[in-house]
Amino acid sequence: MGGERAAVIGVGQTKYASTRGDVSMAGLLREAALRALEMADKTWDDIDAIVLGKAPDFFEGVMMPELYLSEALGAVGKPMLRVHTAGSVGGSTACMATSLVQSRVHRTVLTIGWEKQSESNAMWALSLPQPFSTSINAGAGGYFSPIIRRYMMNTNAPELIGCMVAFKDRQHALRNPLAHLHQRDLTFEQVVESPMLWDPIRYSETCPSSDGACAMVITDETGGDAHSGPVAWVQGTAMRTEANNYGGRNMVSPAASEQCAADVFSQAGITDRRREIDAVEMYVPFSWYEPMWLESLGFCDKGEGWRMVESGATGIDGGDLPVNCSGGVLSSNPIGASGMIRFAEAALQVMGAAGEHQVDGARTAFGHAYGGGAQYFAMWVVSADKNR
Amino acid sequence: MRDVAVVGFAQRQEAEIADESEVELMVPLMDQVKKSVGLSQQDIGFTCSGSSDFLAGQAFSFVMTIDGTGPVPPISESHVEMDGAWALYEAWVKLQIGDIDTAFVYSYGRPSRGSLRDVLATQMDPYYVAPLWPDAFAIEALRARLLLDSGKVDERQLAEIASRSRAHAAGNPNAVRSSPKSVADILAEPFAVDPLRPSDLPASADGGAVMILAAGDRARELCDRPVWIRGIDHRIDAHSLGVRDLTRVESAEIAAHHAGVADDKIDFAELHAPFTTSEFLLAEALGLDGDTVVNPSGGALAAHTMMASGLIRVGEAATRIQAGDGDRAAAHASSGPCMQQNLVCVLEGD
Amino acid sequence: MSDEVLEAPLVLEYPFTRTTGPVVGAFLTGLREGVVLGVKRGDGSVMCPPLEYDPADSSALSEMVEVGQAGEIVTWAWNGAPRPQQPFDRPFAWALVRLDGADTTILHGVLVDDPSEIHTGMRVDIVWRDERVGQVSDIAGFAPATAPAGSEQPPGSGDGVEVVSAAEPVQSVRTPIRIEYNYTPGRGLSAYLRAMKDKRILGDRCPVSGQVFVPPRGVSPIAGMPTSEMVELADTGYVESFNITRVPIRGRDDLHPPYCSAWIVLDGASVGFMGLVTGIEAEDVTIGLRVKALWKPDDELEMSATNILSWVPTGEPDVVIDNFELVGRVDEAAASEASTDEEAES
Repeated sequence: MGGERAAVIGVGQTKYASTRGDVSMAGLLREAALRALEMADKTWDDIDAIVLGKAPDFFEGVMMPELYLSEALGAVGKPMLRVHTAGSVGGSTACMATSLVQSRVHRTVLTIGWEKQSESNAMWALSLPQPFSTSINAGAGGYFSPIIRRYMMNTNAPELIGCMVAFKDRQHALRNPLAHLHQRDLTFEQVVESPMLWDPIRYSETCPSSDGACAMVITDETGGDAHSGPVAWVQGTAMRTEANNYGGRNMVSPAASEQCAADVFSQAGITDRRREIDAVEMYVPFSWYEPMWLESLGFCDKGEGWRMVESGATGIDGGDLPVNCSGGVLSSNPIGASGMIRFAEAALQVMGAAGEHQVDGARTAFGHAYGGGAQYFAMWVVSADKNR
Repeated sequence: MRDVAVVGFAQRQEAEIADESEVELMVPLMDQVKKSVGLSQQDIGFTCSGSSDFLAGQAFSFVMTIDGTGPVPPISESHVEMDGAWALYEAWVKLQIGDIDTAFVYSYGRPSRGSLRDVLATQMDPYYVAPLWPDAFAIEALRARLLLDSGKVDERQLAEIASRSRAHAAGNPNAVRSSPKSVADILAEPFAVDPLRPSDLPASADGGAVMILAAGDRARELCDRPVWIRGIDHRIDAHSLGVRDLTRVESAEIAAHHAGVADDKIDFAELHAPFTTSEFLLAEALGLDGDTVVNPSGGALAAHTMMASGLIRVGEAATRIQAGDGDRAAAHASSGPCMQQNLVCVLEGD
Repeated sequence: MSDEVLEAPLVLEYPFTRTTGPVVGAFLTGLREGVVLGVKRGDGSVMCPPLEYDPADSSALSEMVEVGQAGEIVTWAWNGAPRPQQPFDRPFAWALVRLDGADTTILHGVLVDDPSEIHTGMRVDIVWRDERVGQVSDIAGFAPATAPAGSEQPPGSGDGVEVVSAAEPVQSVRTPIRIEYNYTPGRGLSAYLRAMKDKRILGDRCPVSGQVFVPPRGVSPIAGMPTSEMVELADTGYVESFNITRVPIRGRDDLHPPYCSAWIVLDGASVGFMGLVTGIEAEDVTIGLRVKALWKPDDELEMSATNILSWVPTGEPDVVIDNFELVGRVDEAAASEASTDEEAES
């Protein structure tokens, strides 16, 4: 990875909830932005550019809503960019913001991902009518269920692995005060017994629909060195995209996923992914994607992902590769922010600032996002050490 | 700053492209530009595109179009929900880092598919303005009257801009409004949205554009006469119309300053000015004098492909420099109500 | 193709609910009560409508002040052909109006009969709607003022006060959106839909790899080139993988859960596409199941993908799939044929 070193010096998140009825859209972003600025010890004047990301504009029914957010985000007279790369957008947005620093175009950048899904209905926005065709798909669950089924058959994974992931992430969420779902009394049996929606996906194995925003302040090497608080040094960023449908495509472990991972780990100088990464925040909107991504990202061999889950390796208590200590997408899902939350939570881990869901001694962490028909990927590796 | 050049460009604009999907429209252009510099998609370091879901009437509409690039094996790629000029900017930033030497940029729009006036109303403040459904022409007409009342410009000057655009567009095969019309005839047009006349308004088009960028020596290898991006910058103004000074374009002034427009003589400028009023204001914001030829292509008054019009300005300017029509040009892109957001870049031949 | 372009109306419509936050909420609450509020900036000037954040320094603003219900037209534009959802259903002027006591302008409609009846600097009064609910359209618009300027004391000049004592402040607002599009499916899909009318299934072929895509999209994602030819496919294939939906979905009351949707790979195609599987219990569907199309009755056929009602088992033995991860099949024979053609041409 060439160019200027980039460092995360501030992370700010809103409380995630099904409806944030107390704020406007601008108010929602401000909440995250101000918290990030505060942690970074910066003011609006210190920000050179603002990079925003969110999923389709139809969620809020405002075309290019970043235009209306100019006043709220201290952007008047400054550069503002708006990224949209499907579900991976939060990650892609963070990558773009990092690029602005790496390229030395700007010194300090504020980046925010958000979604205010309560303004409409995600199922409506994701299944807009299409003339001449017919809808049998029932949203993302109907799309991803056959892929999960292929994974299960291919690896002979036990049926309840997905439930184990869902239960683990909801337990993790109890340690994260900002998480949307706080299901204190949830039992594993309740997860197993929750209604089957898109067989093999149960209700409890799906993500909620949330309002929320996540922001980061990213600065250059001088800024990172000068910062008195904790710093997460960016060791690598990568994005990959592939076509949705072509003969021979591996939909369970897409080539784009594997190549993106190879790129980002190579930039970070990581050779033993499972051993050298201390905490993982990956995009798991349906529980089965945890074992699928563990394999695709090379944290284990093919067919071993579910065994990692089963063995407890991905849990915060005693696991050697804790995954989604924040509770993950399964516990908070403002779509346009979800990817950035993964990146930001990875940063918080190496900053030692993750509070109750901190992984003890985490030095290097991995953030991950994906979108489209599992065809858009964005990843980063951050470390407490400038020179790993 | 690393030297980055435009090495390939193609565009297509027509009043209406009904029978081709976005990807069907784009794939021949993509293929053509890559062939023109002898690159395959797998040779390219980074790809970035710009488009709008609201314009397409479809969520994640850009996912349909990515197939045109041939992303098998996977490519390093991103997308902005902005005019393609900002996709160009993102690609330029990636090239500045130094890891890659080439980038592929495209954008497109088919405004004929939807009611553009309604679509653009959803771009306004969602609490105070959008619920009234004002259309983009009316919003610009409010600005036009402010300008006329202030005495900064008169109707004849606006008609002269419209007439000149038509004259310039006569030589542009992508123009959709290129019939000559005298200033007197334009002034005789009944108002479309008082005080704007039909010739003051953009000629909406469907289409798209594709560009390849390359850095340093790679640019010279790929192209006999690379057109160098000497400066590029973009800025945004406040959104609320009521708090803005609509008689100037402050964000364009700042962007022009940072892009270095004033550092040397500008031979010609391609300005993304959908209205005659916008062209007047932009010429002022960029500090262009009478020696600069403005919109030799006819500009957005001659063909305005929403989401691609800004990128096309850069492409038009680069094509002209490549052809030897000038040595130094300014290209400009805008977005948002009353050109809230502006990008300016300065292009030079070797 | 000489056929006319396929076209269909597409209406995107949704009643968005926006939560307002305190400042926008106070303004809308005021409108409901027949009061207009602005917000005071650090320099003492007043913005109406009130922005939550100062455009100059981005500081949060909260000091609400009442402004006048009359003001001056700063600029205007004539709207000779009003569209649905706009303030008036007959020709009117759009205007930016600076209300008395405010330093910024508000956009709204001014109702006059003719552009000759309006001019910059003209005094106008707010026209209230009789029934107000707390949204910007509680102001019906503006009308030429009945009283001269200065005769009305601008109420907004005093200190910030709690001017609205509404029991229930406005916290959210309905902003319905309706946009009409003319959907055109493109050449590849149009050819597919036309063929559907004759109970034929078309795919298109990649000029480089020979892969066959269905439905045809006019582009090969493998080559990044237009596809080279249309290919007619059998209406038989196999289930590549599937989903069993166990909950009802909106707009398909005819589908009774549990039902099976599957990736169907047609014989001769390189990729699968989604279809409904019927004629078999959802629980009994298997990966590799051989299926054939169940078409609508001939007299109901139209240019639509809905002509295939579902896919039903053929009774043949399941296709054996050796690698569960690979989706789709590269037609090796077709691929080599295509590359031969390419060589012959070049």
